[in-house]
Parts: sequence; C-alpha cells; structure tokens
Amino acid sequence: MSVLAIDTATEACSVALASEGRVWTRFEVAPREHARLCLPMIESVLAESGTHREDIEWIAFGRGPGAFTGVRVATGIAHGLALGLGVGLYPVSTLAALALRGIREEGADTLLCCLDARMGEVYWGVYRRDDVHQRDDKGQPRLLGEEQVLAPEAVSAPGVKLATALGVGRGWSAYSEDLRRALGDLPGSVQADRLPMAVDLLSIAEAQAASGKSPQSPEEAQPVYLRDRVVKEKPR
Amino acid sequence: MRVLGIETSCDETGVAVHDGERGPLAHRLHSQVDAHAVYGGVVPELASRDHVRRLAPLVEAVLAEADTPRELLDGVAYTAGPGLVGALLVGATFGRSLAWALDIPAVGIHHMEGHLLAPFLEPDAPDFPFLALLVSGGHTQLVSVTGLGAYRTLGQSIDDAAGEAFDKTAKLLGLPYPGGPELARLAEGGDPSRFDFPRPLLGRPGLDFSFSGLKTAVLYAREETPADDSRDADIARCFEEAVVETLVAKCRRALRQTGHKALVVAGGVGANRRLREALQGMTEKEQVSLHFPRLEFCTDNGAMIAYAGHRRLAAGEGTDARIEVRARWPLDSLQPPTGDSAPLSA
Repeated sequence: MSVLAIDTATEACSVALASEGRVWTRFEVAPREHARLCLPMIESVLAESGTHREDIEWIAFGRGPGAFTGVRVATGIAHGLALGLGVGLYPVSTLAALALRGIREEGADTLLCCLDARMGEVYWGVYRRDDVHQRDDKGQPRLLGEEQVLAPEAVSAPGVKLATALGVGRGWSAYSEDLRRALGDLPGSVQADRLPMAVDLLSIAEAQAASGKSPQSPEEAQPVYLRDRVVKEKPR
Repeated sequence: MRVLGIETSCDETGVAVHDGERGPLAHRLHSQVDAHAVYGGVVPELASRDHVRRLAPLVEAVLAEADTPRELLDGVAYTAGPGLVGALLVGATFGRSLAWALDIPAVGIHHMEGHLLAPFLEPDAPDFPFLALLVSGGHTQLVSVTGLGAYRTLGQSIDDAAGEAFDKTAKLLGLPYPGGPELARLAEGGDPSRFDFPRPLLGRPGLDFSFSGLKTAVLYAREETPADDSRDADIARCFEEAVVETLVAKCRRALRQTGHKALVVAGGVGANRRLREALQGMTEKEQVSLHFPRLEFCTDNGAMIAYAGHRRLAAGEGTDARIEVRARWPLDSLQPPTGDSAPLSA
C-alpha cells in the first residue's frame, strides 16, 4: 500500500510518498514555482520508490491556512489526482503539519505555531503532543482551542507554560516583538525558519486513517483559508 | 478521440467533453455573476475560491452526462491564459493532474483560440481562412485566421473593450452589473435618432477601435438632458447604434482588406441582437458567409476549450507535467500544433 502527501501552502513545495513502510520525500523552497514543481516531484518519488501511480490508495494535502494561491495549487492537484486515480483525500492543516515537525525534530510537548498571514496578521494555532504514534514517530499534534487569523498582538495561549513551549513558523521572525508582548514572554525556544513539510502531513493523515476516519471526496476536501474577508470595499 | 475541456480564466467555471466524431457530448457552466454583482465587478480571490469549490463536482456531472467514465477520456484541455492567474491555476492544476493520473496527454489552451474555434462546434462551420471578430467584456479584436494556430491580429481596442463599454455605460445609466445585456434591453424601446454619439476612429484608416470616448459622450448627454420618460432608453439605443455601426464598419473594412470570404463572430457581445442583424445585412451585401456559435458558446464555456484541445491533442501536441498559466499571452504568438499533420477542416 502506498500513500501520497503534497503541500504548497507556504514558500515551500513538498511531497512525500510512503510505501511498504518506507518514506520518500522531496522538499524545495521555491516561491511561485509550486505549480511547475509539484507533479514532477511526485513523478520522481514514484520512480525512486518503484511505485506505480495506480498503487496510491489515498492522498493528503495541505488545506491551509497559508498563501491563498498556494493552498489552491495543492488542492487543485489533489482534486485532479483524486478524480483520476479514483481515490479519497485527507485535507490536513498546515499549522498541524508545522506542529508535528516541531515534535519530530525538537521533541517538544507544547507548540505555538505561527505563520505570517500578511496584512498585519498571523495564522495561529496552539498544539500539544498526543501519545498517538505512526511508525516510530514521537507522537501526534492535538489542537488546543481553534486555528485563528488575527493580529500578532492579539494572540493568546491559555494554560501554556511558555518556558517549555516551542514557537514554530515564520510568523515568529516577522512579528517576534508583538507576539512577545501579547504572551508576556517568548516561548522557551523558537524555530522561526521552519516550514511545513509533506512528510508530516502524511503522518497526520495516516493517524487519521488508523483511527478510522474515512478519506473525503474532492467536493468535501476544501481549502481552509481562515481569512474570509478578502474584499476591501463593502458590497453595494 | 474524447477530450475533457476546462475553462476557469475569469468568473465562469466551464466544463465539457468533446468527441472527435460526435462533437460536443456534454457541457455545463457555473456562472458566478451573482456573487460578484454586489461588488460591481469580478473579485479575483472570490472567483478562484468558487472555481475550487465547483470544479470537481462539475467535472463529475459532465462526465456522467456525456456517458464517459474517466477511463474513456483520451486527453484533457484547460485554459492556460490569458486571464486571472489565480483563477486559471485552479483549472490548470486540476486538469493537468487529472490527465497525469489517467496517464493521458494534456494541453493548455489560449482562451481566445477557444473563442476563435467555437464556430466549429456548429454544423455550418466555416473553412479556413476567415476573419474573426472577438467581442467580449475583455476583448475587441479583429483576427485573420488562416489555419489552426495561425492568427494575425489586424486591429483591436486601444482602450475599453466593447463589452466593457456596454457595462460601463449601463452603470452610468444606473443599471445593475453586469449591465451590457440590461442596456440592450433598455435600448429596445429607444429612439435611435435622438442623440448623435461619436463613431470613434471610424473616419481614420486602420482597424483599431476606441470606445472610451463614447462612454464620456453618454455621460455628458445624460447630464445635459433633463430626465424624461425615454431619455435613458434613447441614450442606450444611440449608444448601441454607435458601437454596432463601428464594429460593422471595421469588419467590412477588414473583409475587403483580407479578401476573406467568411466572418466569424465570438465573445459575449456576439449575443447582441442588433449587432447580429447589422452584420447579417453587411455580409449579405459583401457576399461573405457569417458564422455565429450558438449563444452559450459565444460567452465563456468549456466546450470551446475541449474543441481547441481536441484539435491540438489530435495533432500530437501536449504539455509536460510542469503546470504553467499566463496572465498575458499575445494571440499572434500562437503556433500551429507541433507535429501537425491533421487536415485543416474540422
């Protein structure tokens, strides 16, 4: 059985393929190149792993939040692949993928995920490590509260011990001072250069599948933008 | 050969299946006009969001209607430009990936080539060469078409497109967006002799158009004329006359200049009744055949993209797995299909 994940929600374009207990990945930071890169990346992991496209059982994709166009590139590709291959989809949060990267790389228990949402706002999600395991990983991220888009000076992390928390994502470099003021302090450590990776999306989707959650149709598997106010002027 | 066509260059999601022998098997359009009407124009981000919501279910519905399980598709065509990049990307990522998953070829189509070839969806299709008048909200162009992918722009609007002039004038008259068709309705009861609006660039040689001055003339006429029962209808009628007369005169000039014996009209303004009647009269006098696609193929649609894609794919053309779209894309830069050995007729 083979499963595929793709993510193009931020400056990074990445794919991951798991097959027979092994994982193949591609990851490239290439703003505005995602549409050109994504299918060739998939071709390359299939070739390297000796997998046929018909062997893919489901596809996970980064459903946002993130750059609107980037989120739609992954969604459009995932929808087209799903229809062509006759498989279902797992839409996965970009912030959750970022949290899992923090768990995987730093072993953190509490994660403050923060992406630059432009227009003076951030995408914000607070996660805790859950003792659910995929393969030999260190656990899965569980969202506390809700994902939000808001001004960096308005974020909060109720009940979180900042000293042992990990800040992840580029929002931490863009708005470090605002975030520090909002929270009262900076988290114990910050990894501001981390971008979401398809390999983490894959692991989150595998955990969902293992817990009995069914994959979705393209019609159900839609982007999550968080920001829904996209028109400056009011409707007339 | 059976090709799926996808159009998402602006605010209409169009999907169709074209069969090389049987013609268009099914086509559907989801229009977002109402969603954008409250903003008085197309909001690109909202358009892209709606395409992503609608496209997959629309494709499934069209495949079912065409009695074409996905395994029976031989190719996928999608609009790759010109248009709104975010909107184009929805159709392009979906279409290219669908083709990749099915291991069949795909091709990115120039939106205006789709319009140029739309008359081939009809039984009275013209032969090459022909003259094409493309008139829509975004374009006013006269194109000499000598073969598939052999296009030469003879003239175009140097400011507003004809459809844009219709919409803007409608707005001046207080008609709801998109006002073009509303304006044509209002003009029905108007007096064509009450106002004398300019025929821009008509007195000069060349085949370019200009419509922005006409809009200004309308503005002044309305300000200077006290409101009466028929003022706005008369203005609408005289405006429409000015646009139609200009379009017809330039078409006549281009036909004489090129010697082409067929005129093809495409684009949303091609649905205008007075334009159709006036062109009918002119082409009869000039002894030239006139071809309109049916109304639903005049405006943006998936069938024309499926058809253009079929022509190019059948000739061996295809794009690789890198998905690319273009906001701008000169029509004249198109080439005949690579490795084209197909005959030029439909």
